[in-house]
Amino acid sequence: MIDKRVKDVAAAVAGIKDGATLLFAGFGAVGEPVELIQALIDSGVRNLTVACNNSGTGEVGLAKLIKERRVRKIICSFPRTSDSHCFEEAYAEGAIELELVPQGTLSERMRAAGAGIGGFYTRTSAGTKLARGKETRVIDGKEYVLESPLKADAALIKALKADRWGNLVYRKSARNFNPVMAMAADLVIAQVKELVPLGSLDPETIVTPSIFVDRIVEVGR
Amino acid sequence: MKQLSRRQIAWRAAQDIRDGAYVNLGIGLPTLVSDFIPKGREVVLHSENGILGMGPAPEKGEEDPDLINAGKGLTTLLPGGAFFHHNDAFLMIRGGHLDLALLGAYEVSEEGDLANWTVEDPNTPPGVGGAMDLAVGAREIRVILEHNTKEGAPRIRKRCHYPLTAAGVVKRIYTNLAVIDVTRDGLITREMVPGLDFAGLQERTEARLTLANDWRVLEAPAA
Repeated sequence: MIDKRVKDVAAAVAGIKDGATLLFAGFGAVGEPVELIQALIDSGVRNLTVACNNSGTGEVGLAKLIKERRVRKIICSFPRTSDSHCFEEAYAEGAIELELVPQGTLSERMRAAGAGIGGFYTRTSAGTKLARGKETRVIDGKEYVLESPLKADAALIKALKADRWGNLVYRKSARNFNPVMAMAADLVIAQVKELVPLGSLDPETIVTPSIFVDRIVEVGR
Repeated sequence: MKQLSRRQIAWRAAQDIRDGAYVNLGIGLPTLVSDFIPKGREVVLHSENGILGMGPAPEKGEEDPDLINAGKGLTTLLPGGAFFHHNDAFLMIRGGHLDLALLGAYEVSEEGDLANWTVEDPNTPPGVGGAMDLAVGAREIRVILEHNTKEGAPRIRKRCHYPLTAAGVVKRIYTNLAVIDVTRDGLITREMVPGLDFAGLQERTEARLTLANDWRVLEAPAA
């Protein structure tokens, strides 16, 4: 029998080691797996590399992880966002490294990792500071930049509902990076508001099929 | 001189959006454009976080914390709207599926170069978001900006002083003083606000301007 449910968030993040590369879903605070990140904080793990669109909001989730200086490096597109003071303080102190990546490139790098693609050429960032040092190629008269896949040890994601196989559906714009991050990590951990019986999710509306998901934990929100 | 307010610039930019267009509005000033889409035109607004058919800000009591726009403000979904994940949102942007992106800018050059992602202040971390994707991916790029900085420096320049978002992409510029097209023959002024003559506009602009023969007065209703 396939049963990816785990009993609590601590069990959900078990095995994530110091120095790991992690993906955190969310766009700002929407779709951010705050409970899983809190479990990671409680586990004491440190020296992390985190890819996330933003840099944490307020003092919970990623913001708190950064405040506690557990994140060595962040890979993101837009660190300055609503209430990102924890990141800004760490950045001003030189306590965190920033790799700034255009948002579509960030997403596509994860898709490439998930799809087994060794790299891709994109027009995004061609001729700009963010392309410095990167291989370029002219295709149909336009300059493209070579980008590499972004593969992680684990992805922490958030969905509305799951069944015990790990099929996922999301809610409105909280979907954002969750499905693509679910494709790009060795260990994919989903917190969900509600666990539902196998077979009760409409197969036509499942957004993340169970093959991508390893662990499910119900958190009630 | 009768300058346009920020909302009036947004009104002016909205008048040029055609019926049926799929449009991304950048964060900041361009977001205001959604308030002024002319009645009778169906325009589908795209948001980079996975929304097509974005509506206005929610009425009081209708707020949904899971429904936000690119600026992380609360928004709504119109009938016909759809949700999708980030990779599809950026496939739409990067794959040339959007008709138009209206973006804010720190500077634009006479070649249509766009600078809108960093002012290289060592004290603040840079943020690029979806700006570089939109700048090269949307079929047409128009920018909305104040003609001059608070200190009076021109933002429409021979060359951008800030790092580029993309080179040679801007086709039309809306400011509080004028509507200017970026063409192979340089910058063509299409509209100017009342009480400003062409010499006065040129004085406030670093790049060389040409005045279109059929230029018009730029006026907007109170907004």
